[in-house]
Amino acid sequence: MTALIEPTIHPNVTLIVVVAALIAAGTVLVLDRSLVRILLGLLMVGNGVSILYMVVAGAAGRPPFVGSADPNEMSDPLPQAMVLTAIVISLATIGFLMALAYRLWQVAGTDDVPDDAEDARILDLALANETSSTYDPNVTPTTTADESARETTP
Amino acid sequence: MSSWVPNLVPMAVLLPLLGAALTLSFRRSPALQRTISVGVLATVVVVAAVLIQQTDAHGPQVLWLGDWPEPLGISLVADRLSSLMLLVSAVVSLLVLIFAIGQGQADDEEDTPMSIFHPTYLVLMAGVSNAFLAGDLFNLFVGFEILLFSSYVLLTLGGTGPRIHAGTTYVVVSLVSSSLFLIAIAAAYAATGTVNLAQLALRIEGLPAGVALAVQLALLTTFAIKAAVFPMSSWLPDSYPTAPAPVTAVFAGLLTKVGVYAIIRTQTLLFPESPLTGLLMWAALLTMIVGILGAVSQTGLKRMLSFTLVSHIGYMIFGVSLATEHGIAGAIFYVTHHITIQTALFLITGLVERLGGTTSLDRLGGLAAASPVLAILFFTSAMNLSGIPPLSGFLAKIGLLHAGLEVGTPMSWVLVVAGIVTSLLTLYALTKVWSQAFWRSAPREAAGEEVDGAGSEEFETTSVPVGHGAAARTDSQGEALATGPRDHYTDPPRRGSTATAQAARPLPRAMLWATAAMTAVGILITLVAGPLFAYTQRAAGDLIRRDPYITTVLPPEVRR
Repeated sequence: MTALIEPTIHPNVTLIVVVAALIAAGTVLVLDRSLVRILLGLLMVGNGVSILYMVVAGAAGRPPFVGSADPNEMSDPLPQAMVLTAIVISLATIGFLMALAYRLWQVAGTDDVPDDAEDARILDLALANETSSTYDPNVTPTTTADESARETTP
Repeated sequence: MSSWVPNLVPMAVLLPLLGAALTLSFRRSPALQRTISVGVLATVVVVAAVLIQQTDAHGPQVLWLGDWPEPLGISLVADRLSSLMLLVSAVVSLLVLIFAIGQGQADDEEDTPMSIFHPTYLVLMAGVSNAFLAGDLFNLFVGFEILLFSSYVLLTLGGTGPRIHAGTTYVVVSLVSSSLFLIAIAAAYAATGTVNLAQLALRIEGLPAGVALAVQLALLTTFAIKAAVFPMSSWLPDSYPTAPAPVTAVFAGLLTKVGVYAIIRTQTLLFPESPLTGLLMWAALLTMIVGILGAVSQTGLKRMLSFTLVSHIGYMIFGVSLATEHGIAGAIFYVTHHITIQTALFLITGLVERLGGTTSLDRLGGLAAASPVLAILFFTSAMNLSGIPPLSGFLAKIGLLHAGLEVGTPMSWVLVVAGIVTSLLTLYALTKVWSQAFWRSAPREAAGEEVDGAGSEEFETTSVPVGHGAAARTDSQGEALATGPRDHYTDPPRRGSTATAQAARPLPRAMLWATAAMTAVGILITLVAGPLFAYTQRAAGDLIRRDPYITTVLPPEVRR
């Protein structure tokens, strides 16, 4: 067990580059407005994080079965166990998000994430004021917040 | 230490999961589902109460699952803090469940399918309990995921447009924070070779300051998103209000507090000499002020309460940021108080929506006459939240302010002042609700639109006798409410087709009783404030010393 605390990790640069690329690309996609792109982004971030655990596990070694090899030559099994859990969770997440995106498309005809209720309220005020810099008669805020204050701003 | 107590620890997780499986199997039999859910949660209340008594008397209770040799397996730890959290969450969830059952029986299943609600709700409770009991970071992550997943389902229950919209924001934010949590765990594991909290506590001390800071920041950001600490709080007022009333109530009460619990746990156990207390103080200050300013500007009751929820999270962070025994004790007491009171207020909002047909303050009115019982419940809870003596909100705030003054740095003075200002603004916001929704008579214009050309004169003439009638009949409480003047409070049609406004409906007895019981728990906390404060003081002492936790979890030979 002592081996765990000693600095045994010599990071694998290729893996780190892959992790960075996946997470960076995923972040860009998550910042998009369309739920399907967000879904793809989260998928990439999730995969990036999973590979990060491979970095954390250190150098690859023998399969970690008791008695099959010298324990010092074995891979660290704990990150694999953790990443397996994370993969299962992200599978379920993606399934749920796909259902959500489909339902959003069903009810709204678009899969764009709607406006924040406060944003919509500010936009409403701007729309009501023709001298405002954001005034644009063609824009309508999209929000379905249950009780956005807009119904009270005449 | 007796040997049976540790075996009780996983019951708080196992029983709800078992109950979820059973309720899922018996989804065609609502009566059986109700019995199982209530039975399970009532048992969890008992388990948590026993755990509190045992941990207070004999120190933390640890169970290594699967009986692996000590540092290898997964540990569940119940110390004073987690036992208290467990008890409060179990009591709250039981009462909310009764409320939900009352609502489910009164409504048709269209809007909120109860057969799905029961198993999901129980899984949510299993996740919350697991997060409170988790003895390692990864198990904490799993606990979070369990509760988040059921919360996704509960939030989008019924799949109506507004709920799907609100759900998207919530799901995306939660998923981002989960990814961040995983990265934080990876960093902690890479640096220390363990995810066990007790082992981490020992090993993080030996890390280079920069590495420890990176791990701390990543964890703190993750939990701050879950707890809705400013600037990571803006998702909350957008996602909570559209859910069914019991769901909003239990989310507002519990989910953010799980984040606060995780902050308290990791800050005290893993990072006792935190370089980030200054940052936390600023976060607390901004959370309080920005949150309450948001609340003041709202005209919808649900959104307003969501903003006060964000704002009052600031108080708890304030307590944590002081990093003294009194500060932590104040934060724990505040969490206890706030879980009950915020849940009570959201349940009351559910009843207001039923009675008034809307939660928009501009269109509500005359509720005090329509239902004096509801008015009393709201008034008590509102005063409790804003910290009017002698209620528990006052005591909790006094505890925190006292701890702040004790520290005595300029920043802690600023926080004390901000705490008082926030409390006053909360009072202002809730008084506005009281005078608009409860005290004044029903607004004329709204009703005028409503009766569609019939004119406001007619409303005026009919409203008086109906109001009188309702007031006179309330001796028999719940039933009388059924005959309240509901016709005049129905919603005018809204812009867009997705409006969820419902016609006013009577208040079923179970919902009213559950809400009353929730408010009563808030008052009970006031009555037992002395012993409870002493208990939180002891819990905070444990957390600051870190000793009982680490020594109980780890046997001496693996304590490194």
